[in-house]
Amino acid sequence: MEVYLDNSATTRVFPEVAGYITQIMCQQYGNPSSLHLKGMEAEQILRRAKETLAGILKVNEKELLFTSGGTESDNLALRGVAQARQRQGKHLITTQIEHPAILQTMHFLEEQGFQVTYLPVDSFGRIRLEDLQRSMRMDTILVSIMHTNNEMGAQQPIAEAGALIKRLNPNTLFHVDAVQGFGKARIYPKKMGIDLMSVSGHKIHGPKGIGFLYVNEKVRIRPILFGGGQQNNLRSGTENVPGIAGMAMAAELLYRNYDEDVRKLAELKSFFIEGVSQMEGVRVNGLLPGYPHGEGTAPHVVSVSFRGVRSEVLLHALEEKGIYVSAGSACSARKPQPSATLRAMGVEKDLLESTIRFSFSVFTNQEELEYTLSVLREIVPMLRMYTRKR
Amino acid sequence: MFKAFLIKYAEIGVKGKNRHLFEDALVHQIKVSMKKCEGKFYVHKTQGRIFVEAESEFDYDEAVEHLKQVFGIWGICPVVYAEDEGFEKLAERIVDYVDKVYPDKNKTFKVNARRANKNYPKESMEINADLGEVLLNAFPEMTVDVHNPDIMLNVEIREKIYIYSEIIPGPGGMPVGTGGKAMLLLSGGIDSPVAGYMIAKRGVKIDAVYFHAPPYTSERAKQKVVDLARIVSKYTGPIYLHVINFTDIQLYIHEKCPHEELTIIMRRYMMRIAEHLAKENECLGLITGESIGQVASQTMASLVCTNEVCELPVYRPLIGFDKQEIVEVSEKIGTFETSIQPFEDCCTIFVAKHPVTKPNLKYIRRHEENLSEKIEELVKTALETDELIIVE
Repeated sequence: MEVYLDNSATTRVFPEVAGYITQIMCQQYGNPSSLHLKGMEAEQILRRAKETLAGILKVNEKELLFTSGGTESDNLALRGVAQARQRQGKHLITTQIEHPAILQTMHFLEEQGFQVTYLPVDSFGRIRLEDLQRSMRMDTILVSIMHTNNEMGAQQPIAEAGALIKRLNPNTLFHVDAVQGFGKARIYPKKMGIDLMSVSGHKIHGPKGIGFLYVNEKVRIRPILFGGGQQNNLRSGTENVPGIAGMAMAAELLYRNYDEDVRKLAELKSFFIEGVSQMEGVRVNGLLPGYPHGEGTAPHVVSVSFRGVRSEVLLHALEEKGIYVSAGSACSARKPQPSATLRAMGVEKDLLESTIRFSFSVFTNQEELEYTLSVLREIVPMLRMYTRKR
Repeated sequence: MFKAFLIKYAEIGVKGKNRHLFEDALVHQIKVSMKKCEGKFYVHKTQGRIFVEAESEFDYDEAVEHLKQVFGIWGICPVVYAEDEGFEKLAERIVDYVDKVYPDKNKTFKVNARRANKNYPKESMEINADLGEVLLNAFPEMTVDVHNPDIMLNVEIREKIYIYSEIIPGPGGMPVGTGGKAMLLLSGGIDSPVAGYMIAKRGVKIDAVYFHAPPYTSERAKQKVVDLARIVSKYTGPIYLHVINFTDIQLYIHEKCPHEELTIIMRRYMMRIAEHLAKENECLGLITGESIGQVASQTMASLVCTNEVCELPVYRPLIGFDKQEIVEVSEKIGTFETSIQPFEDCCTIFVAKHPVTKPNLKYIRRHEENLSEKIEELVKTALETDELIIVE
């Protein structure tokens, strides 16, 4: 049995999406900038994709910029704003648990003379609004907060943060990294005070190498790529038409059954948490007090620490049984350092290297989770027998 | 402008009656290596020389790079050759050669002619003098120095005329395949690929064995070993890599033996299995990357313990090397970057905080008896897991 529980790393592409992409690559392969009919066709596809995505977010089509994915969207948002607004101020705010695409870009901006405040999180992985309030300054040009944490699924108080930021300083822009949240939550930038928002295609059963950045029409940013002037000069390069169309179709499919899918995911999560909690020496991370089944956190991510088992070993032992999970988040999993997020959440040192992330998708079913739980019950005690003796 | 290479070999030259065997092996290895290059090459030996002639367009840098990977080559001389069309024409050619190869003419030179074709109308000394004069007239900045010239201009008169002056150093050693075959214990580290390289350099063909310990070591760790074998195979030719699943043996030792001795006992079983595979595959020895005192299992006392389980000789070419010296070789042969990728190998997984550094053979043997119940069965099973990967 093959059980893929690493959907926060990437997802399986919907078969309809894959089919649609193939069709566009082979038939409507024109360059949307070309003047002839083939170009027109491609432009139409692009326009429809924009309409679909804009409809889901309730924003204007003109406010979407297509990029190569979450990392580029984050870079464009941060560097684009910093460059455009450096005369108004040189202070930015973010959190300690952001994706490296944010944190590394912030470090780059620090080298360029910007000041960055990194907000801490509580033991549930959430920022405190008081900390945000205290950090806001007159020269704060941008606040960047992730919607859903990729390592244990904590959801940040985005709407509240958005309102707070606008109340304290109407000139401060608000960027949200919604790579993990889009598709799993309803996000309406205009209602939540969000000025910029990053989304990635391959986390929502679309293809890799595609994403978008929502930029409120009143916001000016500077491009980070220069060239042929596509997309209003803000993101040069021929549009990835099949990728864009595939991403839009995937989003449409996800949001069509949104309520039912999210309910199912939450049920699966609750079922899994209940099962795994019955095992000895196990801790489920990031659960809110009074919500033992993971309510109030992302419906598709469960972070579990198995005391006395090295996560990498458990990961490979599960792999032998056809179960694919990740240790920490995939983006930091190949560096042998304990997760910064879990550390920021105050997870004890012993457990940092014993943490596994299970992440679900609409393809996940209960049978797969039952199988996973039975495998865990079998191998975890065995692995504990053979650990490094002290 | 160069369309051929003259290959110089050092050690083979001193061989006696079986010298031709070594030369043929070298020609063969050069052919194998040049097949991977763009272009067609004619490799042949004449009168104690090996020539690699391009028969089509080719990439000069790529060709040199490949020749530098063939053991047995001492030097690679890029050669210009032409039909014999009289001395006048030769004089023109040599002027043209010097003009193109040496933009800076402020140099000393010497012409060194060899007349293999004794029908050529001029004698060697005469050619030297006459060509020297031609060059002095053509390039007044140049001067002659017969003892220590900057440029040694070699002119060889055979069926064709060959001109060369540059010698690019080759790797030295002996052609692979002239020295039998040995089994390399290949981990994912820095040392073992270097050890394999060094023994292969003496003409030895390499087989390899890797001990895989899933789930404690990952598929990526195994892929890394395959990648390392692939880099080494550029020098050694195809490597038959045996992957042995070692997990159960390791866990059993962990269960039954004192923790400080785990690594030593584990290494003893690795050596036993490697030797078994070696004998099955007609290898005449084992190769390891050990260096005295580098880690607890490589002290002299530890080597006594790991060495005694084998009958075959164990070659440890790095035994007297410092880490830095090993790193230098691994950088030179191109394995370093791959070696330092951070994946666990099976030696580090269960390692004790304070492993024994002076193991006592008597105790080791006694503690190994704790394993007597199941170990033979486990070794047999491990050998059955042997997955053969042909790396080239």
